[in-house]
Amino acid sequence: MLRFLAGLVGVGFVSALLIAFVMPREKVEKTAPAIYHLEPKEVKFSFDGPFGKYDNQQLQRGFQVYKEVCSACHSMKLVAFRDLEEIGFTKPEVKAIAKQWAVEVPSINPDTGEAATRKAIPSDYFPSPYANEVAARAANNNALPPDMSDLAKAREGGAHYIYSIVTGFQNQPADLLKRFPDAKTPTGLHYNPYFANLNIGMPPPLVADGQVTYSDGTKPTVDQMAQDVSAFLMWAAEPKLENRHRWGFVVIIYLLIATGLAYGAYRNIWRDQKH
Amino acid sequence: MSFPWAENYAPKHPLMKWLDAKLPLPRLVYNAVGAGYPVPRNLNYFWNFGVLAGLALTIQIVTGIILAMHYAANADVAFNSVEGIMRDVNAGWLLRYMHMNGASMFFIVVYIHIFRGLYYGSYKAPREMVWLLGVVIFLLMMATAFMGYVLPWGQMSFWGAQVITGFFSAIPIVGDPIHTWLLGGFAPDNAALNRFFSLHYLLPFVIAGVIVLHIWALHIPGSNNPTGVEVKGPQDTVPFHPYYTAKDGMGVGVFLIVFAVLMFFYPNALGHPDNYIPANPLSTPAHIVPEWYFWPFYAILRAFTVNWLWIPAKLWGVLAMFSSILLLFFLPWLDNSPVRSANYRPAMRIAFFVLVLDVLILGWIGKSPAEEPYVRIGQIAAAYYFAHFLLIVPIIAAVEKTKPLPNSISESVLHGEAAEAAPIGVGTAH
Repeated sequence: MLRFLAGLVGVGFVSALLIAFVMPREKVEKTAPAIYHLEPKEVKFSFDGPFGKYDNQQLQRGFQVYKEVCSACHSMKLVAFRDLEEIGFTKPEVKAIAKQWAVEVPSINPDTGEAATRKAIPSDYFPSPYANEVAARAANNNALPPDMSDLAKAREGGAHYIYSIVTGFQNQPADLLKRFPDAKTPTGLHYNPYFANLNIGMPPPLVADGQVTYSDGTKPTVDQMAQDVSAFLMWAAEPKLENRHRWGFVVIIYLLIATGLAYGAYRNIWRDQKH
Repeated sequence: MSFPWAENYAPKHPLMKWLDAKLPLPRLVYNAVGAGYPVPRNLNYFWNFGVLAGLALTIQIVTGIILAMHYAANADVAFNSVEGIMRDVNAGWLLRYMHMNGASMFFIVVYIHIFRGLYYGSYKAPREMVWLLGVVIFLLMMATAFMGYVLPWGQMSFWGAQVITGFFSAIPIVGDPIHTWLLGGFAPDNAALNRFFSLHYLLPFVIAGVIVLHIWALHIPGSNNPTGVEVKGPQDTVPFHPYYTAKDGMGVGVFLIVFAVLMFFYPNALGHPDNYIPANPLSTPAHIVPEWYFWPFYAILRAFTVNWLWIPAKLWGVLAMFSSILLLFFLPWLDNSPVRSANYRPAMRIAFFVLVLDVLILGWIGKSPAEEPYVRIGQIAAAYYFAHFLLIVPIIAAVEKTKPLPNSISESVLHGEAAEAAPIGVGTAH
């Protein structure tokens, strides 16, 4: 009886699925993003792979790019000035960076209790360029510049994706416009094949070599600046990466030895047992 | 209960004698996972996974309790409190990645454990209760994992909760009120987050309790083995300790190495990048996908695309998804072949491997977007899944010609020696 009922239920599910299988499908037109969207570019970063480490010089250069270019629109709410000590800035340097930050920290006037601002100190998180989302959208043609704290972990491809977006701006291919006359990039948006829907609100942020002046003598080409800022954002998203890799090696070496010993014990205990 | 030849707990130290008289806890442990539990001598490495699942649960509970000390279950601050754990709590990143990837490890070992049971017929009499309790544990695990994934309150947390709780609204007539009641609102928000946290903390302890029952029920008939032949005498068994404790010790080592590689070097490989974006009810992600261990069931849910027999497609999908797990409760009676191990069931063996392939395909479809050719592949794969359990297994059990079974475990261990050659004293023969 049970097997009969089960068979009946089985026939019900299977028939519903087979009917769904043979149902004709609506023809789906290929969209422009399905054809023209590109995977992130191949680029080598020092933190790739299990032996990866951050290059503090690069992170500091990347920070400079963030400070002078990105931070005009992008907040980084989860990173504090004090965290910069981890990438090689000294305490006084961090203090100076906080104090000279272009945006001040919201505060209250101690005498009147009215809203005010004050200079940042190392324990502050990076102040946001806009007071709120409405202000951010109003200033950016209704696009919202995403917070950059976790950006390198919040996109498929991570730092490679960020590098590809920053260096990926181009003219819309003539071929695309021929196949999809309606897909012309609207005014105010910018064609970028590395962005999911091909049209990104952000204008090209790095436009000319030398846009930032590096103090360590590295030549600030657009490609170099893009790599540096991508590396910096990876650090911002995953500040404990080096620590994690180091722990990983110690733990795995320990476990290999322990497992070897456990295997020896197992063989020794079972030596007189046929199994 | 145990076999008559099981070693007896005999404390020597006066303190242990005293303890045994007042509270025989050491005796319980001795008989459960010590020398007092005789186990078939021929278990292969697939029998390590029960212990590994217990270890995975322990890791989840320990890391979870510490994480709960730093986590705040409030929709306004949950995301930032998890980021605080990752960035500012001492070794917080370690705990969080351990917990996050520990869930994946738990499911990996449990899936292997379940498929081992399917292959070797461990669900059959006299172990039906062990199997039933196992399915209960699996359901509890799925509920716990789902609610845990909501807690960081990222985009996938929120939209995953939206989709999964939406199942209840497929119930005719009362669906919408039930949905609202379960969530404490019309969409996942603070009320839902708080109750999910509460239940996510509770359910692992319920799982631990059901595991006690699972092991208790296992100890009545004793462990199954690769031949599926019942234990006939002392020559067929070895004491759990030291033999299987030693073997499990090595299994634990291998498990931890795999776990360490995953969590230290690829901690986000099994997660979804969108969950590092704070939950935003106004912005729907392009593709909402659950965690990898739900992909096969998600594929079954989405495979039903037409209304059929007056049942709407959405309800079909929800019924099918729940049925795909609930049918496991009936498996011991759907498969009434007297032979347990698929080693001696040629047709079942093939059906088993096709099922494994089918579930892997379903997983791949669950991860893929709902477009062709994925939908059609998913429909065939889902149809095969139900056909396997509800049609193919009962039919095979009825018509299959099985291979001759060995007379006993010890005979099978002695491969090729004359039948009944040395039933007694095999333990010392080499």
